[in-house]
Amino acid sequence: MRVGVITFPGTLDDVDAQRAVRYADGEAVPLWHGDHDLKGVDAVIVPGGFSYGDYLRCGAIARFAPVMQEVIEAANKGMPVLGICNGFQILAEAHLLPGALVRNHKLHFVCRDQWLKVENNTTAWTGRYDLGAEILVPLKSGEGGYQADEDTLKELEDDNRVVFRYVGDNPNGSRNNIAGISNARGNVVGLMPHPEHAIDALTGPTDDGLGVFLSLLDTVVNA
Amino acid sequence: MIDTVKNAEATPEQEQPYKELGLKDDEYARIKEILQRRPTDAELAMYSVMWSEHCSYKSSKVHLKYFGDTTTDEMRSKMLAGIGENAGVVDVGDGWAVTFKVESHNHPSYVEPYQGAATGVGGIVRDILAMGARPLAVMDPLRFGRPDAEDTKRVLPGIVAGVGGYGNCLGLPNIGGEVVFDESYQGNPLVNALCVGAMRVEDLHLAHASGTGNKVILYGARTGLDGIGGVSVLASETFDDSAGKRKKLPSVQVGDPFTEKVLIECSLELFEKGLVAGIQDLGGAGLSCATSELASAGDGGMHVYLDRVPLRAKNMSPAEILSSESQERMCAVVEPANVEAFLAVCAKWDVIATEIGEVTEGDRLVITYHDEVVVDVPPRTVAHEGPVYDRPIQRPADQDELQANTPDSLPRPENLLELIKIMAASPNLASRKWVTQQYDRYVRGGTVLAQPSDGGMIRIDEETGRGVALSTDCNGRYTKLDPYEGAKLALAEAYRNVSATGATPVAVTNCLNFGSPEDPAVMWQFEQAVKGLADGCAELGIPVTGGNVSFYNQTGSTAILPTPVVGVLGVIDDVRRRIPTGIGAEAGETLLLLGETRDEFGGSEWAHHVHGHLGGLPPKADLKREKLLSEILVAGSRDGMVSAAHDLSEGGLAQALVETCLIGEVGARVFLEGDLFTALFSESAGRVLVAVPRTEEQRFVDMCTARRLPWRKVGVVDPESNALEIQGLGELPLDELREAWEGTLPALFG
Repeated sequence: MRVGVITFPGTLDDVDAQRAVRYADGEAVPLWHGDHDLKGVDAVIVPGGFSYGDYLRCGAIARFAPVMQEVIEAANKGMPVLGICNGFQILAEAHLLPGALVRNHKLHFVCRDQWLKVENNTTAWTGRYDLGAEILVPLKSGEGGYQADEDTLKELEDDNRVVFRYVGDNPNGSRNNIAGISNARGNVVGLMPHPEHAIDALTGPTDDGLGVFLSLLDTVVNA
Repeated sequence: MIDTVKNAEATPEQEQPYKELGLKDDEYARIKEILQRRPTDAELAMYSVMWSEHCSYKSSKVHLKYFGDTTTDEMRSKMLAGIGENAGVVDVGDGWAVTFKVESHNHPSYVEPYQGAATGVGGIVRDILAMGARPLAVMDPLRFGRPDAEDTKRVLPGIVAGVGGYGNCLGLPNIGGEVVFDESYQGNPLVNALCVGAMRVEDLHLAHASGTGNKVILYGARTGLDGIGGVSVLASETFDDSAGKRKKLPSVQVGDPFTEKVLIECSLELFEKGLVAGIQDLGGAGLSCATSELASAGDGGMHVYLDRVPLRAKNMSPAEILSSESQERMCAVVEPANVEAFLAVCAKWDVIATEIGEVTEGDRLVITYHDEVVVDVPPRTVAHEGPVYDRPIQRPADQDELQANTPDSLPRPENLLELIKIMAASPNLASRKWVTQQYDRYVRGGTVLAQPSDGGMIRIDEETGRGVALSTDCNGRYTKLDPYEGAKLALAEAYRNVSATGATPVAVTNCLNFGSPEDPAVMWQFEQAVKGLADGCAELGIPVTGGNVSFYNQTGSTAILPTPVVGVLGVIDDVRRRIPTGIGAEAGETLLLLGETRDEFGGSEWAHHVHGHLGGLPPKADLKREKLLSEILVAGSRDGMVSAAHDLSEGGLAQALVETCLIGEVGARVFLEGDLFTALFSESAGRVLVAVPRTEEQRFVDMCTARRLPWRKVGVVDPESNALEIQGLGELPLDELREAWEGTLPALFG
């Protein structure tokens, strides 16, 4: 399994995403924002951070990077793509996922260990989880409030495209406690919390996040 | 008109605003003597800022020498670089070198809390980067005025947001620090920032400008008018015309963490490719500092073409360009053959890089501006040969009175259970979660321990598991009562906190925050604190590798509590054996209190919070005992005998019990002997609360007994109970305790 991990100027959690891929016995392939090809990878992770300083609007500049044009094309053909935190914001800006992420309702940056409920275990990135499983992973963001219009929210709920939901008090004001969603096909998933920071209880709150990367392994092997 | 050297020679009598720039008559006279003429505006700007207290250490130098005098060769054996470099460097084994340093950004943070704190983080990170290391983590020791004061509500949220805003965007985990409230910081909060970085031993870079013909390259952000500060008095004379005064920019620098993140990655790639012969960050005093320090550290002179510096403002004078403290800039010395490759790496990262000069023969730093010489100086006279003052020292007249006013007569309460809750909710002991959850502690995946642990711990080597632990500490009330003993106590606590994680302490840094050096009483505090810290380090056998001095911290004529923040670095060969702070990790744990408890309440949090009292003597520091305690903890960690450890400090055993239960989310039953008030709230030093699995209990206490470390069994962990029960007093439900402990800061700050 070869998984591309994109680095934009200002990307921060790329080393963590690469490590998570290795923990799932995959090969992490660094992709540079200026690249014009995906180096033959099986899947792509758009990691967290502050791409291009998050100037203008989170993810708004990154979506125009050359490598993102390749990612959009591949995603539309069915390649598994995961956006974490800033990566989720970028996928939303690129219209691979609907809605937008806005400033946390209490305005502060929030870093905490967050319980999530797995609401859909049929996507490319969640097959290893039991439906309804609760997992504990770090959340760390200042603009993590998920927003979408009523029609979109209804569509997401009706089509079972809410993949992760916050358990307990809502950390950032997200509509319907949404922590992560997928596209209609289920190959593209975006979430604000960081499964790549929960792959080893030594450095994270748990290893609950490893399931995301092992799920991808199943997806790629079975493809 | 630009004030050139030629012009200065032609107009020897021209008046100059040296006083406004902070230079004294004799200092100005000395500059003239060095140059054999009056300085140009640009030279005056350089000397004035480089000879300032902040850059020259002119009041502290004579005392700081004591650190060197008391460091033995044995203590120095693991030091790869020490005081005088950008940051101290220590060999931590497996071929790894670790560099760490703490610096103050107090005054800018009072003026503009967000940017002041943000650029404080940015500055210390560049110091670490300039040693050739990858910055790994930051910590922030902070001090504020009264928690309920109106101005604290302006300053604290801004500073916390600034530390977080910059550090989070930079991608460095924040693994600890301090938040302390005391009225003395009301008009002068303290923002200290610590950064730790690691590199392979062979990659250590020192600031040098050797090799005639080597190029000087400025890279990173453009140079602007922010952070020019005092030098603006020169600008107003040079450039302001009557038609329209130029808009003044804030004297506090403005940070851009995105630029710094890119600068870090770009610099690390430059180091890795071997393209850098010498490097210096641009911090306080900007190019004045970088060029004069690089030139004086090398073996030749330097020529700088100031008109080549990329600017972001129009019509900047040479003095302004030299003094600007615009952030996110570095200065490198590069061999001519490597210049092209150097520029290519910068281009890859979209970092602006400009060749602004070269290393020359001779021993002068010559700076030209459009072919006219505006600076021609011996660089050492700027960077290292500034004035040195041996200022008057006088033990304060009221020190005896302060020490005589002991807490012995303060009424002690009947209801101790209630007091445990009151203390847990007091602003200085309450949970720091409101602050720390605004900081990213996870990024880069190396964080093994972070707040609320006693110390932060970072893994350096993923293969071997080698890592480092860090803690910063200082109790300003102890230091006020006895600066010598107080500094030792700060060292003892940081040392103990690092040991409580299972790491072995190896080196010390400091940030000495004091009032005005022109006040003999403050200088006495300073002298005493330096001696206490240095003597303490000698007793412990670990060196001070660097530090920072911040004077003039006062509101009006009232100085802050003397605050020598001490940072201790520890090494752990495998982070998997770290000791957590919370109990309940293993089934069946016994609670042991290591060390001795005496009736010591001078400067205590109880006296402060309940009685508003400060007097008497601080607890006694016993560094031999601290060393033994540290060895026991490390041995316990190595042999898997200790499942949790928590240092006792402010608030005593009561607070340690509350925290270890709440962090571990499990209850405990505690039995104490003797006077319960003293047992629970005394702040005697040299104590640690440990949890040991019952199967290891006998082996562990046998070790303590054999090595003559006093210990006492004080309780058991009770996984079934959701309460802290103290025999003879009753029980406190954990929910109630959590509400008390975690509710205070959100109630104050939103």
